[in-house]
Parts: sequence; structure tokens; C-alpha cells
Amino acid sequence: MTRRPIHFYQVGSFAVGNRLLSDGERTVQSDAARTNSIDSGHRACQGCGEALGARYALDAAMRATGNRVVAVNATGCLEVFSTPYPETSWRIPWLHSLFGNAPAVATGVAAALRVKGRDDVRVVSQAGDGGTVDIGFGALSGMFERNDDVLFICYDNEGYMNTGVQRSAATPPAARTATTEVVGPHPGNAFGQGKDLPRIAMAHDVAYVATATVADLHDLEAKVERAMQFRGARYLHILVPCPLGWGSDSSETIHVARLAKETGLFPVFEAEYGVVTSVSKIRRVTPVEEYLKLQRRFAHLFGKNPRPDIVTHLQEIANRNIERYGLRDEEVVAPRHARTEVEV
Amino acid sequence: MNKRPFAITLDVGSSRANHTGSWRVERPVYVDRLPPCNNACPAGENIQGWLYEAESGNYEAAWRALVEENPFPAIMGRICFHPCETACNRVQVDEAVGINAVERFLGDYALAHGLRLPHPGAATGHRVLVVGAGPAGLSAAYHLRRMGHYVRLVDSSPKLGGMMRYGIPAYRLPRDVLDAEIARVIDMGVDVVLDHNVQDIERERELGNFDAVFLAVGAQLGKRVDIPAGDSSKILDAVTFLHQVADERPPMLGRRVVVYGGGDTALDAARTARRLGATEAVIVYRRTQDQMPAHGEELTQALGEGVTLRWLSTINQVDGDTIMIEKMRLNAEGFPEATGEFEALGADAVVLALGQETDLTLLERDGRVEVKDGVVQVASDLMTSDRGVFAGGDAVPANRTATVAVGHGKKAARGIDAFVRGVSVESVAKHELASFEHLNTWYYSDAERTQRPELEKVRRQDNFEEVVLGLTERNALFEARRCMSCGNCFECDNCFGVCPDNAVMKLGANGKYEIDYDFCKGCGICARECPCGAITMVPELI
Repeated sequence: MTRRPIHFYQVGSFAVGNRLLSDGERTVQSDAARTNSIDSGHRACQGCGEALGARYALDAAMRATGNRVVAVNATGCLEVFSTPYPETSWRIPWLHSLFGNAPAVATGVAAALRVKGRDDVRVVSQAGDGGTVDIGFGALSGMFERNDDVLFICYDNEGYMNTGVQRSAATPPAARTATTEVVGPHPGNAFGQGKDLPRIAMAHDVAYVATATVADLHDLEAKVERAMQFRGARYLHILVPCPLGWGSDSSETIHVARLAKETGLFPVFEAEYGVVTSVSKIRRVTPVEEYLKLQRRFAHLFGKNPRPDIVTHLQEIANRNIERYGLRDEEVVAPRHARTEVEV
Repeated sequence: MNKRPFAITLDVGSSRANHTGSWRVERPVYVDRLPPCNNACPAGENIQGWLYEAESGNYEAAWRALVEENPFPAIMGRICFHPCETACNRVQVDEAVGINAVERFLGDYALAHGLRLPHPGAATGHRVLVVGAGPAGLSAAYHLRRMGHYVRLVDSSPKLGGMMRYGIPAYRLPRDVLDAEIARVIDMGVDVVLDHNVQDIERERELGNFDAVFLAVGAQLGKRVDIPAGDSSKILDAVTFLHQVADERPPMLGRRVVVYGGGDTALDAARTARRLGATEAVIVYRRTQDQMPAHGEELTQALGEGVTLRWLSTINQVDGDTIMIEKMRLNAEGFPEATGEFEALGADAVVLALGQETDLTLLERDGRVEVKDGVVQVASDLMTSDRGVFAGGDAVPANRTATVAVGHGKKAARGIDAFVRGVSVESVAKHELASFEHLNTWYYSDAERTQRPELEKVRRQDNFEEVVLGLTERNALFEARRCMSCGNCFECDNCFGVCPDNAVMKLGANGKYEIDYDFCKGCGICARECPCGAITMVPELI
């Protein structure tokens, strides 16, 4: 009898947990005793991807460090909706200063801990894409260059959503925002601008750089855990859809994030010391239209006066990502954990 | 006094004071939807339910859930035409779950481990006569015993099993399996009378003081057609032929056997003829291969064993060792019509497999049971026009399969139970169907179906060894785990994990969840990301 290795098949293997998995194979989120770093009652919109992403990442960091985390937060949605005076949603040590200085504050916290000899306590600094790629960029680059012992997490919802959906340097081309309106021959955000921060972080040769989405929890948690195995500056970039700013249905948050990855528009990978070490392959090849059509910020590309030329342009961006990171694979894509074999 | 820091006037409070549930316009609600396999099962099995147990490797619990509805898993796992697999939602992902193969594995597991059926219920004093010991009669006896009624099971044959013994060849259903599963039902305390041909229902009912009767007499007569035939020609019907083989007194057929018909019985007859030594077994059918009512798997197996097919042909005349075949063609409506072209075919015997009829002499003599178009007319509880007399299986209008008969047995048992207790059958409303649109199949990883091994063809030619073999435990477990649990929570923790507001509570040991409506904002992510469609969004009343 021959044995053919097959991808572990079990209902729920891409899901958060499963009654048939051993505890070690389950996600942190499937644990009834997870930290819930950010508590109920926060004022994030219905279906907020950032609230979800923050809980995923911080709960995983808490488990990876034996519950010894200090979080530093830049100004932004996450800070505003979690801490309207005098309430707080945070169930972990948490500190907020200004919009642009979260990396520098985190550097200070790490230095203070070092002075106190507390190398067991780890520092996580977090910001939205505005606080990362625009306003906090100089401080972040400095933090990378000094190799301060901080994991910096960017929750990327591709714009300044808290202040009314303005463009950031992470807003994708053609997207409508309050500052990139649907007017003229090139409606929405311009092509050829913006910053690819994961690649910029890699250029600093820091120990660990990774991207993730809220659609693949197993992957996201594994990356947080991996990041915590390094000392020095690390960077994690998580795509967190924003139903308000993207004009997607609140129930579609995870689905939209999944399509961002499956189309190739948001490459999911990890890199160590400036070199890509693994990529999440596309499991079901999906044209960009399917992703774009779920979001009103791209509605002007479809409908009565469609712009197939712009859609093609976006597809080319996805294709370039697929080629650059090798996102396509003939093999069946299985979840990160667990495989088995079957007798044939 | 004020011990707070400078410029701080309020203590820190938790955001849990802010009940964001008030934002909600729709609320998520956990539901159980009806899996399509359960919906399609003629025996009413809770397939998703027993697969759930099998997935955990808890085969006894799985078997116990299975025999709640059907006492014959090892038999069904071999002969059922599994409409469940046709209905299975996984067809739209890759291939249907091999439900039938897992059922057989569980059946064989139970036989190997000597598992017993549930105890009979406490005696009620009610007495039921079951006429016919085929799948319908045996199933009724099983369920009636569980309800605590006395059951006398009578059959005109010398052995139990009906068409499962006398119609289905041993290479599809080994007799030790058949005997073992039947014995398990009889051991529940069924009073069996064999070789007894019921002549008068009313008289038997009075003599035995029976409160109710279940007629499961089957359809034992092969249909005949008038074919002009010479004296020396050997023509017999498939039902008689298979019965004689089952009785171990097979008729001499000769070298070349022609079977007329296109159903499963025709295939059984042709495959049996091959095993008895016929070098040629030809099936003659008046329509095309696609239109054959026979089930695809069996046809493939028959062709693999050297059975040949002559479709679009009718038998016009039989004379000695030659038959005349007239070629047909399909007309514009897709019906076969004669072409006037004839062809001679050598045949030492012709077996007619043109369908079966119920022997109605008993009922016609009785006169109290309404019969129409050759079948017994019954109400929804399977009661006939004669009060207290129920009927099911092949004798009533329905698909004539063993699984349908088993379902009838259960239904009749419920009808009889209600009748003898003087109440009406409680009908339970069916849940909404868990159709494919309700699922989020992203979460199920890709897995092809496990194929059942088959006996090598060369070893099938001259014996009645079982052709389709069982799955190993490992493969059965794998196959069970391909189930997507349509419409029924399987505790994947997705809702608990994907809620941005931590408003799903995991209740622990029993594996269920509850929504915390104080904080649920009604975003709908839990329902959208539930793999199996066990959450629905309901508008809030405002």
C-alpha cells in the first residue's frame, strides 16, 4: 500500500479553531481565556478591521511574551475609539502621546526598561497607516536605524479614516477619498505615488519584516510569535479593511481583506534581515474586479461610465506583485499548520 | 479629598460601561439548518449528525446515532444508491463526501465489535402483525420493538430479508452481513414466522388479536411482455432467476445470455449470469445508455466485468437459440421508435428485467384495502383505506429501493404507534435547507474524495465474492472529515474569533457559543464568516 501525502483535511482548518485540533494547533483567538487586549464597548464602527487586527496582534504578543507587553499608540482611529475619557478598552499597559511620535516614545519605553533591567517586558508600538507612512515616518526610520528593541505594527486601512477619509501615502491608486475626488480624466488617487513601507523597512535591514491581513489569523499570529523571537527593531504591516472609508459592507471586512491577498494587490510575506523568507501563496486566483466591486471607493470604475483601462492598470499592479513575490503556485495551498497522509 | 493626579477629575473606567449593542439594527442568531444529505435520505438518517461523531473517531457514538433511524448500516453501506451524495453540497467544491463508504465502515465496525441495538421499549401490550420480512418489514419491526410493541413478523419465504436476499446478488451484499444485521433486529424480541403465506389479513388479525397490521409485501412478480417465441426457447424473468440463484439452485442458462431491460435488476441479472459461467452477457435496452434507469456505478462495474450493451434495440422474436433484434432510433421528442431494421443475435437464454409488480391476490381477496394502478393507496402516515392496516415498501407508490423501504418501515411504525395509542402523528416542521449559498467554503481545505477499492476484475468472473471493498479506518476518518457540517455548528470558533467587539462568548465544555447583545453591534461578520451557515442575521424590532 502506497502512502500519498495530502494536505491535512479537516473542517475548519482555515478557521479560527477546531474541536479536533490539539491545543497547540489552535489559534490564540480560539482560546476562551485569550487576553482580549482591547475590550468590548470600544467605539469603533461596525465591522472595524482595525479593532480586530489590534486584538489579534496584541493577544498573540501577550501569549508569546508570557503577558509582558507594553503598547505605545500613535494618534488615530485605534486610539480615539478605544479611549474616550474617562473610559478605556485596554486591558494591557498602554500609552498614548502624539500622532507622529509613537516610534520615538516606544524607543524611550524600551530604553527605560533596559535601564531597569527588565528584559522580560517587550515593547509594541502601533499606529495606523497615516501615523506610520506619513506623520511618524521619520521617527520610525530612526527607530529602525538605531535598531531599538520594538515591534512596530502598522494597521493599514489605507487612509486617514478617523478625520474623515483623507488620502495617505498608503491609499491605493484610483481610490476615492475626501482629498482625491472622482473628478477629471484620472479620478481618485493618482497612480505612481505612495510608499510601500514593508519594502522600505526591509531596506533598513531590520531583523524581521512581515505583512499580514485580518483574513488569515493563523498566519498573522505566527508572524507575531516569530517577531517576538527577535530582539531589535521589527515591523509588521497588517491590512485592516475600513467599512466606512472603503465603502464596503460591515459584514465583508474579512472577505475584502482575503480578496486583497487573493488578487495579489496586497502581497503577504515575511522577510528576515532584508531578505524575503516566505510568501503566502494565492489559493484561489481572483481578478481585481472582484475585490474592487465590493468597495464604493472604487465604484467610479464600474457602473454607467466604467473605466476598464483603470481596472487593467490595477490588475497590472497585482500582476507585478504576483511576479515579484512569486505568489502563484500550482500546488494546493494548505493552512500553515498540520498535514496528514492518506493510504491509496 | 481628591487623590487623583493634577487636572484629572474622573477615575479610569472600562469601556464596558458603553453598551454598543444599542447601535444594532440586525442581530446574529444561531440556527440549525437542514443539511441536504439529511433532506435527501429516504430513511431519514441524520447523516451530518453521525458524521460529526465519526469525525472525532467516536465510531460507536456515530453508529448509535445512525441506528436511531436505520438499523442496517452495513447493508445500506453496500446497497443504498445514496441520494445523500447526489445532494451533498461538497459536489460544488470538489466531490461529494463518501457518505455511503463511511456508513459501511460504521456498519462493519459495529458487527466486528459486536455492538447491540438499543433495548426494546417497556412493553405496551399492543400487538402488531408485520407481513413481509424485507427491508420495510424489518425496519418497522425494529422501530415498533423500540416503542415497546409486540411484533410478529411473517414471511412466505424460508429466510428473512425479502428482496435484500432474493433480489440483490451476494457479490453486492454478502450473506453473512445480511444475516448478522437481521439477527440483531430479531434479537430485540421479534416473533418470527417463516414459510407462512398470509391468505386472509382480517382473519389473521382477529386470530392473533393484533391492534394493527403492516403490509410490506414488496413487488415480487417480474413483468412479462409478449414476445413471439418458439417452444424450445428459454425465457425467464429476472426476479425468478435471481431468487433461484439466492436459493442456490441456479437455472441452466447456457453460454450466451441476453438480458432485456435497462434497470438495476437487468445489471444484477447480467452480472450474475457472467458469474454462473455465461461467456456472453448482453443487455438489450430500447433507449440509449444515458437513459438507462440503472445507477452509474453499477453500470461501470458491469461493463468492467465484460457485460456488453445493445442500446436502442428491442427483442422482436425469440426462436430456439436465436433472437431477432429490431433497431430503434430516437425521434424528435427523444422517444425510441422502430426503424424496421432487424438483426439476429445468438442467445441460449433470455432474461426479462422489465420491472416488477406487487402480487395483489391477497389484497384483492381482502377487498378492504384500496388498490390503484397496481399499488396500495396509503395516507401520509402510511395507513391504507382499512383502519389499522398500514402498507409500505415496494407495494405502495414510491421509488422502489431498499432505503425507501427502510424509511417506510420507520414511518409506518410511527403511524402505528400513534394509531394504537389513539393519538395523531406529531409532524415536526423541517428546518430551512442549508443550501450551498449559506456556506463560506473558504474555510474548508481542499481534499479529494477517497475511492473505495474494488475486487480485481479477474477475480470476479466465477464467484460471488464482494466486488466493492471497504475503507480502512484511516481513510474512513478522512472521508468523514470531508463533511462540511452544512447548517450545523461544528465548533470551529470562527464566530468567537472574528468578532471585532468580543461579543461572542464561548461557553466551554459543550462547545457552543452565545452572543453578548450588550456589545454586539450587528456588523454581521460572524454570519458572513461562519463556514457552515449556522448563523443568520435577523432585523431588530425598533
